[in-house]
Amino acid sequence: MFAYYLDLALRSLKRNRVLTALMVLAIAVGIGASMTTLTVMHLLTGDPLPGRSAHIFYPQVDASPAGFTRHGPLDMLDYRSAMDLWSAHRADRQALIVNSQIKVRAPDANLPPLMANMLSTTADFFPMFDVPLRYGNGWSAQDDGDRARVAVISAELNDKLFRGENSVGRILRLKDADVRIVGVLAPWRPSPLFYDVRGGRFANGDTADFYGRPEDVLTPVSSGLEINAGNFWQFTCWHPPETPGHLENAGCVWVALWVQLDDAAKLSAYRAFLDHYAQEQKTLGRFASTQTRLPSLTQWLDFNGVVPADVKLQTGLAFAFLAICLFNTIGLLLAKFLRRGGEIGVRRALGASRRAIFAQCLVEAGMIGLLGGFGGWLLTLGGLWLARRQAVAYADLAHLDLGMFATTFAAAIAVSLLAGGLPALRASRIAPALQLKTL
Amino acid sequence: MTLHPLLAALRRHKAGVVLIALQIALTLAIVCNAVFIIGSRIERIHRPSGLNESDLFMVSQHWVGAPTGDDQATTDKLDSLLQADVATLRSLPDVESVTPINSLPLANSTWSGGASTKPDEKNEPAHVAYYFGGKDMLKTLGAHLAAGRDFTDDEIRHQAVRAPNQPVITIISQALADKLFPDHDALGKAIYFDGGNKPATIVGIVERLQTPSVESWANDFAWNTALIPTRLDGGSSRYAVRARPGRLNEAMKAATEALYKANPMRVFYLDGKGARAFSDIRANTYRADRGMAILMGVICLILLAVTGAGIVGLTSFWVGQRHKQIGVRRALGARKLDILRYFQAENLLIAGGGALAGIVLAIGLNLWLMHRFEMDRIPVVYVLLGVAVVLALGQLAVFAPARRAANVPPVVATRSV
Repeated sequence: MFAYYLDLALRSLKRNRVLTALMVLAIAVGIGASMTTLTVMHLLTGDPLPGRSAHIFYPQVDASPAGFTRHGPLDMLDYRSAMDLWSAHRADRQALIVNSQIKVRAPDANLPPLMANMLSTTADFFPMFDVPLRYGNGWSAQDDGDRARVAVISAELNDKLFRGENSVGRILRLKDADVRIVGVLAPWRPSPLFYDVRGGRFANGDTADFYGRPEDVLTPVSSGLEINAGNFWQFTCWHPPETPGHLENAGCVWVALWVQLDDAAKLSAYRAFLDHYAQEQKTLGRFASTQTRLPSLTQWLDFNGVVPADVKLQTGLAFAFLAICLFNTIGLLLAKFLRRGGEIGVRRALGASRRAIFAQCLVEAGMIGLLGGFGGWLLTLGGLWLARRQAVAYADLAHLDLGMFATTFAAAIAVSLLAGGLPALRASRIAPALQLKTL
Repeated sequence: MTLHPLLAALRRHKAGVVLIALQIALTLAIVCNAVFIIGSRIERIHRPSGLNESDLFMVSQHWVGAPTGDDQATTDKLDSLLQADVATLRSLPDVESVTPINSLPLANSTWSGGASTKPDEKNEPAHVAYYFGGKDMLKTLGAHLAAGRDFTDDEIRHQAVRAPNQPVITIISQALADKLFPDHDALGKAIYFDGGNKPATIVGIVERLQTPSVESWANDFAWNTALIPTRLDGGSSRYAVRARPGRLNEAMKAATEALYKANPMRVFYLDGKGARAFSDIRANTYRADRGMAILMGVICLILLAVTGAGIVGLTSFWVGQRHKQIGVRRALGARKLDILRYFQAENLLIAGGGALAGIVLAIGLNLWLMHRFEMDRIPVVYVLLGVAVVLALGQLAVFAPARRAANVPPVVATRSV
């Protein structure tokens, strides 16, 4: 029976090509627009650390004087609190995060120096965030303590300076210091660049920059602070530094700490540790407030509202657009099926059940959906091509993965069955006698 | 023509009528909000920076092997490099004037701080972005002086790029003057920057000068700026250059060539080109806004096309379905024009109903956008314009099928009854 319905549907679609094209196009455009924005949304809201994010936390304490903050602790930590919490080693793993810019040169490559973003962190960074390395390894906890002059570089920087060769063991000049390369990252593009997310609530939805690339140079915090001394920027200060760029003893927050806590017991123990630390510091007179927070990675990303407002707006718009295309197709299919009242009347009079008529109409609608889905897939590819040409940090992420590819077709078929449902129901209710009389 | 037969006919096509009306309502809601967004983005893109933007360009570079540090000797050494570059640029035949400068409006890189009328103020009443420049700064920028005077050449100082900002005199923008001195007597008064206790005298006021950043964090002080007569000495430098009228491209080419010839120990920024016309800076800064406006525009056009096509399709079916009735009407004496008018009136009725619902939807959507995305309230004129557009679209779409209906010959009535 299905083959027969397919044949009927094909004939019916061929009978009025313009109208068929119109319906297919409406579905294709609706699907294209909504799948493009949905794909971008899917990429931007995805879990940057699948399977691990539930165990990653962002401890916050507040060293600022009374009245400096109104809404909870500041987004980053001051140097002393960060070092205290880090060196206590109360979590399963812990990594400090300090960002700066530095002049980079490879002494044996004949290239002009370039300015690169440097991430100063600690040994746990690599296992904790499951950072993929192409050559070599991260550094050890001992290197952190020894202020070892070592560095890990990004795949892009390695391509630029060493033409993608294994550069482990070679020397890199950071500002005026020589460091030995111990590892080269494989291409790595977490989305968002979660460990650098902060200050999102001050961005008014303008958060595309959270989706930038990871830093090109990674060094241990201890040696990074020495090499690039005087070139660190604060997140905010309540007491400006004596010399700009030297923040270790200033009343500034500029260091972030991430910790990994593998189970609920460790989580509550760490919470207690944080509270205890804040209490102790207040007794010592260093803290004015004992407020602490320990958001998980996803909570922290939500708190910072990382998904850009423009993307949300576009997604909403695209779905309203799909709704209009849906109404359009329903209207056209309704008119089309009802106009074939005579034909349906004959089939009913010859013994076809209502269900059979309903099925026949749905097959026709599904076929339009399939064609529309194919068109929508092409339009989605086109839409993503346009999205990649946007002037935003996440532009290069916009690609259609297998899951979204399947979703596109599923959505198209679902939309057209939805669109076909009401008209098919109406068509199957046609009273055969009345129709036969008018033939 | 009475409404009665029209309504009676529509009652037999309830589903179709409701669908078309809904589609029109949604289209109206989206189109007028989208056009409003386009309008506000375009307005944002075209707001004047306060500069004389034609013939202006920026040079940005970094000295290789230059000394680093904040001490006086290093600062003096860096300043002589800077002065040499300025002299090189000034000597070019196509260059009218040059100033070293830390940033330009729309160039993004911002040095901002707080400004107050009192010393040692912790919570300054105004946020301000600074432009540090040398001789000819005002002339090169082309900003219009509303009151007071320009800096004289011997008032220009120089300091290390990271030294604190403690000028003796300054020129501020009208917006900042109005904010700090509501009585309009800013000229000659003292102003304190960054919570300091050293006063700077306001010697001039420029009519309008935008901050370097157009990002949202800088929105609430977009016009609060101050010119500081100080050359900043660091490892890299920027120059604002005004070319002679109509000689922009020649001057840009000559500028980087001459700088490189005078001192090859440097790396040019701005994609390695070293010079960028102000029009390109503007285009680059507003790229995302323009992209959003274009996207919204394309979506509006496709939406209107889809809705129009839907009306054509559905009306065509109705015409086909009513073939016989049309023939009967024609046989009973209705003119072609009457049939045409009938379908037009029918469409007007449906589209009108849809538009009424659409107005409610449009305002609802706008309220939601205001709540979620901090958008402004949509002016009524956009909604009315939207209503006019969807009604016109309906009439346009219905015309072809309606004419086909009008051409149904009366003889159809006598066939196969």
